[in-house]
Amino acid sequence: MIRSEHITIEKVRQILEQVTDPEIPVLSIIDLGILRDIRINGSGLELILTPTYSGCPAMDTIRIQTRMVLLQNGIYGVKITTLLSPAWTTDWMTESGKEKLRAFGIAPPNSKQQVCDTKLFHEEEAIQCPHCRSYKTRLISQFGSTACKALYQCNDCREPFDYFKCH
Amino acid sequence: MENRLSYTLYLADSALILSHRNSEWTGHGPVLEQDIAISNIALDLIGQARNFYDYAARQINQSGLNDPATEDSLAYLRDVPEFKNCLLAELPRGDWAVTILRQFFFSAYQTLLFEKLQHSGVDDLAAIAEKSLKEATYHLRWSSEWVIRLGDGTQESRSRILDALDQLWMYTGELLEPAHYELAAAVEGYGPDPATLKETWLEKIQEVFEEAVLPVPGNEWMQTGGKTGKHTEHLGQLLAEMQFMQRAYPGCEW
Ligand SMILES: [Zn+2]
Repeated sequence: MIRSEHITIEKVRQILEQVTDPEIPVLSIIDLGILRDIRINGSGLELILTPTYSGCPAMDTIRIQTRMVLLQNGIYGVKITTLLSPAWTTDWMTESGKEKLRAFGIAPPNSKQQVCDTKLFHEEEAIQCPHCRSYKTRLISQFGSTACKALYQCNDCREPFDYFKCH
Repeated sequence: MENRLSYTLYLADSALILSHRNSEWTGHGPVLEQDIAISNIALDLIGQARNFYDYAARQINQSGLNDPATEDSLAYLRDVPEFKNCLLAELPRGDWAVTILRQFFFSAYQTLLFEKLQHSGVDDLAAIAEKSLKEATYHLRWSSEWVIRLGDGTQESRSRILDALDQLWMYTGELLEPAHYELAAAVEGYGPDPATLKETWLEKIQEVFEEAVLPVPGNEWMQTGGKTGKHTEHLGQLLAEMQFMQRAYPGCEW
């Protein structure tokens, strides 16, 4: 357990920058926007996390990793609460997170309005190739290497790439 | 309490059983991208099931009437008559056309259900529905595209999806016909009466079938029973496989 005067929310946030998504190691839980709140009170530290997808297998690893980095910084007995509502959306991904994704070769999510709406579900999204920035790309599969990504190919540079789907 | 628990288990069981059926494709999909797609859908469904089981277990434990439950005990230690999943979910995976068409019928239902359930008077149910709605929307989009591709594809793909339609249609009625606990949910304001979703569901099917050049069957006789524990023999076979480890080695973990 920690004593609240020894730790600040800012310090915890800094430490948690090291916790990354095991499937997309360039993104921290802060970049992803799944760390919803850091609470410090008399009984210790509580973190509020929200899953990206219901069955996301990365969540267990993320919880373990979170405990580990805090432990390495002398903070233990952390309470991690999972919150489902409000549901995570790719809009919560930070701008720097989106830049990191692009540099990693994954097209970042478009802002939400495009196809998340059931009504628009026949519309095609214009996805920019993370390699050559062309918009002439085509969908190969709605589901890519993980549930959160779709597989695209660029018609200009011919490279296939993952697109982090809007959600 | 009894009704709300049954309702939660119905939602959990349907997601779990369909997830298991879809997972049978993992490593056997027609092409790699679609193997991954159907596996990811299975993963979304098992995530939804876990959230519903977690809430069901909390209801059981708060009541103090039964033995303590966990999401695992609910999935692995109940027997056929205790499962409340819709019959559609438990049917064998069949060929790709059967798998696709079943997913399409189910996802069309789930999106309509979750759109309503996200406004449930019970916060836990509302939160899970809100979380799951976007996933169901992707599943619906993916399966719709496949229904169109198969229906309006080659002679072979068309005859396969017509066969699938023959096999599956009579199990769709159950989704939209309320069980007693769904009526209770509607009365108490925590879940929609599925009969109110019927018209919109049919419109969705018609819209996609029109593009797929498939006939929408008329008013045919519908097989029901799954929601109240009366299952086909296929569920017993599925559970025998899924529950084997926990039955053979009670409490085993790794
Ligand atoms: Zn390109």
